[in-house]
Amino acid sequence: MNDALLRELVPSVIGVLVRRGADFAAAEDAVQEALVEAVRAWRDDTPRDPKGWLVTVAWRKFLDAVRADSSRRRREELVDAEPAPGPAGSVDDTLQLYFLCAHPSLSPNAAAALTLRAVGGLTTRQIADAYLVPEATMAQRISRAKRTVADVRFDQVGDVGTVVRVLYLVFNEGYSGQVDIAAEAIRLTRQLAAIADHEEIAGLLALMLLHHARRPARIAGDGRLVPLPEQDRSLWDTGLIAEGVGILQAALARDRLGEFQAQAAIAALHADAPSAEETDWVQIVEWYDELVRLTDSPVVRLNRAVAIGEADGARLGLAALADLDDSLPRYDAVAAYLHERDGDLRAAARGYVAAAAAASNLAERDHLTRQAARLNARLRAGTDPAAD
Amino acid sequence: MWVAITEENIMGKYLLLKHYRGAPASVNDIPMDQWEPDEVTAHLQYMRDLASRLEETGEFVSSQALAPTGTWVQFGGDGQPPVTDGPFAETKDLIAGWMIIDVDTYDRAVEVAGELSAAPGAGGRPIHEWLELRPFYGVQASATE
Repeated sequence: MNDALLRELVPSVIGVLVRRGADFAAAEDAVQEALVEAVRAWRDDTPRDPKGWLVTVAWRKFLDAVRADSSRRRREELVDAEPAPGPAGSVDDTLQLYFLCAHPSLSPNAAAALTLRAVGGLTTRQIADAYLVPEATMAQRISRAKRTVADVRFDQVGDVGTVVRVLYLVFNEGYSGQVDIAAEAIRLTRQLAAIADHEEIAGLLALMLLHHARRPARIAGDGRLVPLPEQDRSLWDTGLIAEGVGILQAALARDRLGEFQAQAAIAALHADAPSAEETDWVQIVEWYDELVRLTDSPVVRLNRAVAIGEADGARLGLAALADLDDSLPRYDAVAAYLHERDGDLRAAARGYVAAAAAASNLAERDHLTRQAARLNARLRAGTDPAAD
Repeated sequence: MWVAITEENIMGKYLLLKHYRGAPASVNDIPMDQWEPDEVTAHLQYMRDLASRLEETGEFVSSQALAPTGTWVQFGGDGQPPVTDGPFAETKDLIAGWMIIDVDTYDRAVEVAGELSAAPGAGGRPIHEWLELRPFYGVQASATE
């Protein structure tokens, strides 16, 4: 049994323990310990009923912990009350765990870490590695998060919106450590989509698949960031694109548009274009209009300005930009891009220098510096922008 | 008093500090956005190659780059919000990033810093950037009383 299959069992096993009377924090610890034991015990031979095995071992770990605890009375109550491990809905348990781990009382960072551990079954060390923090720090973050939700009733219905936002945040963490966190976010969203019928969950899954499909083309062999128009589209994963488009179409057919569906629709239009020149920018602008209506986000308006620049010309893109606050993240990069399309290389080069200074990561900074260098080289060579 | 015969005073971790401002001027002191794009690529490749060589020799610990923005912050007194002063004045030292290495000797640390400073810049020529080399305080050796 591979690691991902084993980890798929985690939320439902936690659910069984909680229904037997364990509190969430203790149940989660016990299941983690059982996982460690499973990796050892199953090396040669996977049990016929892996979930049953995990429940048994996790429950024993839980009782050991209670026994070690000073509260003897509570232990006796629990042992006396040891129930049959009824078949009661593990689907519901898993869904409840998603809600609990994305509870609005948690900070986004805490919710992401707790989701990866309790729903994803990753170890604290793996999560710490992915977020580039010491393991002790991540352990504290997770145990504080567990304390924060200690009083939340497990059977409370949560908000799908908070769950999808947490999963989106996890997806965007990317993959710096040994565990591919983006792939894990997709696995968790896929699992959620299978148990909860909601068009925005479908929209998020489609968005993730469509973005993930482009990943092989996004980073060059030397670590360089490759912007969308320059990507080798033959590297895009057509299987993931087809799956994402299928999921998106089914979601859109339900006529309950949300922001993730709209974002996925834009990603689908990019995926659909055989070359950058053949991109349907007019439709993309329409989707950005929908997104502005749904979110009223300045970042969406910034992206919309790029789309307008492509659909209607750089001059109109710059006009759309004029209404926006120039301190927005990536404003300078967008302005530089549009200035270059408009033929103003000097303004574009200046914009890229400013954008590089304000970049939030190294790959982006290096990319923007290279853009500035490219334009400055052209200016030095006296290339007539109208000639190319 | 008994002092163990070790090389604890020279072996250990060193910080290689790179400055945006505040270091003496480099020989090849042209801002990166004025280089040819290929020279930018070559520079970044040199830095990556050096880091992987130091990983292979078991001397690399970590490296980190800092954004060129920052603020001075100070305790503002009981019940008061912190006092901020920034962005950093143009005349102040501005750290761009660092690399931490764990090496056997001080000479080796100097050698690595020299290699880092040889990274190619405009015209493909070494930048000869000044880097600050700072030893970490080590741990108290068990054999020292």
